[in-house]
Amino acid sequence: MKRHLPLSLLVLAVICVQQLTRATGTAFYLTPLTMAAYYSLVIVGLCLLMGYAGQISLGHAGFFAIGGYLSAMLTTKNLIPFKENSLIALGDRLGLLIHGQDMFGEPFLLVQPWAACGCAILVTIVVAYGIGIPVLKLKGHYLAMATLGFGIIVYRLALASPLFGEADGISGVPGFPLLPGLAVSGDFSSRVSNYYLAWGMVAFAMWLLVNLIHSRVGRALRAIHGAEGAANAMGIDTARYKLNTFVLSAVLAAVAGIFLTHYNGGIGPSEAGIMKSVRYVAIVAIGGMANLWGALVMGALLNIMSLRGMFGSYDDAVFGAILIVIMLFAPQGLLGISLPAALKRILRRGA
Amino acid sequence: MKRSFAAVILFAASLTLSVSMAAAETIKVGAILAVTGPASFLGAPEARTLEMLAEELNAKGGVNGNKIELVIKDSGGNPEKAISFAKQLIEEEKVFAIIGPSTSGETLKIKQICEDGKTILLSCAAAEQIVEPVAKYVFKTPQKDSHVVHAIFENMKAAKISKVAVLVSNTGFGQAGKGQLEKQAPEYGIQILATEVYDSKATDLSAIVAKLAANKEIQAVINWSVEPAQAIVLKNIRQAGWNVPIYQSHGFGNIKYVQAAGAAAEGVIFPAGRLLIADKLSDKHPQKAVLTSYTKNYETKFKEEVSTFGGHGYDAFKILCRAIEQAGTNREKVRDAIENLKGFVGTAGVFNFSPTDHNGLGFDSVTMLTVKAGDFVEYKK
Amino acid sequence: MTLELFSQYLLAGITYGIIYAIVGIGFNIIYNTTGIINFAQGEFVMLGGMTAISLSQWLPLPLAIGVAVLIVMLIGALVEILFIRWLDRPSVLRMIIITIGISILIREAALHIWGEGVRSLPYFVGNEITTVQILGARVSPQVLWVIGVCAVMVLGLSLFFRYTLQGKKMQACAANRMAATLCGISTRNMVTLSFMLSAGIGALAGCVMSPITYTQYDIGTGLAIKGFTVAILGGLGSSMAAVAAGLLLGLIESFSVSVVPLAFQDAISISLLLAILFFRPHGLFGNKDAADLKEF
Repeated sequence: MKRHLPLSLLVLAVICVQQLTRATGTAFYLTPLTMAAYYSLVIVGLCLLMGYAGQISLGHAGFFAIGGYLSAMLTTKNLIPFKENSLIALGDRLGLLIHGQDMFGEPFLLVQPWAACGCAILVTIVVAYGIGIPVLKLKGHYLAMATLGFGIIVYRLALASPLFGEADGISGVPGFPLLPGLAVSGDFSSRVSNYYLAWGMVAFAMWLLVNLIHSRVGRALRAIHGAEGAANAMGIDTARYKLNTFVLSAVLAAVAGIFLTHYNGGIGPSEAGIMKSVRYVAIVAIGGMANLWGALVMGALLNIMSLRGMFGSYDDAVFGAILIVIMLFAPQGLLGISLPAALKRILRRGA
Repeated sequence: MKRSFAAVILFAASLTLSVSMAAAETIKVGAILAVTGPASFLGAPEARTLEMLAEELNAKGGVNGNKIELVIKDSGGNPEKAISFAKQLIEEEKVFAIIGPSTSGETLKIKQICEDGKTILLSCAAAEQIVEPVAKYVFKTPQKDSHVVHAIFENMKAAKISKVAVLVSNTGFGQAGKGQLEKQAPEYGIQILATEVYDSKATDLSAIVAKLAANKEIQAVINWSVEPAQAIVLKNIRQAGWNVPIYQSHGFGNIKYVQAAGAAAEGVIFPAGRLLIADKLSDKHPQKAVLTSYTKNYETKFKEEVSTFGGHGYDAFKILCRAIEQAGTNREKVRDAIENLKGFVGTAGVFNFSPTDHNGLGFDSVTMLTVKAGDFVEYKK
Repeated sequence: MTLELFSQYLLAGITYGIIYAIVGIGFNIIYNTTGIINFAQGEFVMLGGMTAISLSQWLPLPLAIGVAVLIVMLIGALVEILFIRWLDRPSVLRMIIITIGISILIREAALHIWGEGVRSLPYFVGNEITTVQILGARVSPQVLWVIGVCAVMVLGLSLFFRYTLQGKKMQACAANRMAATLCGISTRNMVTLSFMLSAGIGALAGCVMSPITYTQYDIGTGLAIKGFTVAILGGLGSSMAAVAAGLLLGLIESFSVSVVPLAFQDAISISLLLAILFFRPHGLFGNKDAADLKEF
């Protein structure tokens, strides 16, 4: 029962906040809240990877971008010129494509959002396994460098390919209809439903991850994080666990990317950049490396503040400062600080 | 007793405050600009210009007695921030209009949001798609890329150049230029023999220059970029001993780039607004007064040279103010006023808006300039 | 491909390569002494250039550069004392995160001090279009200066590490920290010294490459990535290897332009980094066993 307390609190808080905004007529807060929810999906996935499995990833924005860009590209690229292609024709027969006419009366052929979503997730899984196998064999700096390199390659590819809109990214991404009456889109009218959808997904992800941590898998992960050699000696297939955790966190990031892209109606190369990845790592660090709830709370808070422009021109500097301060004084995260202990440490160093 | 006394005071104070505020309505104008980040040479001068103009205006009592409250948001060139700020400015701050964003990528992402929110958007970005198809509330102030390309190709035709190489930077500005160049080249009988995209943060481009220089058929190079790296291209071309004529875009419109490229910038030909040669214009030129006053005020206040990018911010602000002057504080009326504004003298040219033209600038908004002895001068054959 | 074009690609490759190498050398110094990869190395390069440019308004060029190098060395020491000294046997993760944080802070500080504009030092010899002819191709004399400074650095460092007491102390720390402490070497001070040295080298690199690449508040990140690609490519720890790796990477980037669109050039160097990490993490010239022994 105790395990489900935080989750119930989350659901309660989500509902309360929405009712509050309705009561005070400040419904516009729901926008940054919804966007922050999707970013938090990435962050909790990264927390699982970094805090529990102990693998640093400086390129997680890359997975977010893969999800977002693929779903954006597939739902906006007109396939009429390729009508004759057998793959496209097959997709059409399976009902995966949408026929329509644009405002000039020209016919267009697009991929259904569901199909695009599924395709994007599939590609993410393939890439995550493909990258994960060699990367997770590395340790320390080499692992960090490799994940950084992966993130940069995704960024470069997004920036250089006309298919992905080059520097301007992709705009005009349609809404993603999930159920009759419920669509992931940025329309003013569906704001409340999108808010609940986003936080509903976060709640679901948290339920999934919390159960994972308290299961055999979670214990195995913690063993790996603590002492990989010993874990191996105990018969835990460390490579497999690390890989699967990597892929899970990648899929979470990609799903966040897909949904946020439909919500925003577009995506740009900045979502794949190094600064985004660093930001995710900073938030995991401040939340407490192995603290899912800490990461979630901090993620929501900091992203909302950033999206509302509270940090002004110092946005990046704030995250840089957070990184340093947390790593120096509170490596267990903000919620793990014990002030007397920190003071003792400072005073001891000074001597 | 004390508490209720305090409450009464508070109530009275807020009442007086709201009354006094109702007397002179401030007009909130939002701005989403890339003040920091990779597009900061666009956004930072724009932000400074807007602040300067707002201050100037409020010192004179505002527009029709209404002061302007400027809310500038730094998007860092990130589209997702632009989206979030746009929604925030429209719904929460309830701004009268939004100036910006600085880059085309961001503008395209918030175009629909501003349409849906019935908020006037005066973009400082150059892409054609911002005003084509025309959206009721969306306008832009920079010159059309197609006019700039037209000016370049006209000049080339006169110089009997028919085979060129195109180098663009990997930003939205470069990409848009590439699109227009490729689209219009056949109309002028010009063949693009090579197109290459270079990184806006490149440190050296000798290799690509060597590859292009080896192609003896290339008669001229078009270098389309708004970043400092365009100066590196100039240096590398001249260092390679390649003496072809170099054409640049209006993104070269900052004397700092000429200083950076030094001797390599001599003789570069590019179309740009007349802001850069303000002091050399004849006094009878319709833009002379606006340009010289902007230059003087900006350079005195910020101790740095004026650039055409800041000018886009200037035009947006002044157009908005003129429309408010004419039509009052009703959004729809102001929008109509902008749409029907004719003969408005700005830094980029003389604007003539219409329901089908939300940019308002024509071929004559750019003139061919060149660099002589480290300074911008008008190009004479 | 004519000889002239080939030589031009060659010289371009050397230009890129020597710039990467000179940044990569800085990584190795700190890595050798502390096992830390300092993500803020690129910012030292940027600071060197920016400071020298500001100083050159009042001082003659060589003096401006010298003073700038000294100032950045002090900044390097300050960074170490303020942020690194504290740490009690930090994990790799913590170190990486801290140095990333430091690099962000330095960059934002530079933005607010110097603004977003681009600047450069004047060419040491000639101007923007003077060149020297080598093998039928032309190259700016500034590139020769960069090569020269790099050579002096490598030579100076190897002499320093082999023949001076401080150098040997630093090598002792690199080999085995515990043993070094037992020998009476103040490992704390050696770490500070390594940061100072690395910062100074970075600053000098920033000054000498400034006319070629321009200096702007955000050039640090890109250079750092190229720098540690090169350091890892060569095998972490060896300056000569970094130079060789740098030249190799530069040549690959330069010649790649003849077959691949320029837009993908950066993706190539990163792919190379990944390939090395996957197949030969100890680098082209590194020793596998020695690398395995290293703490990080």
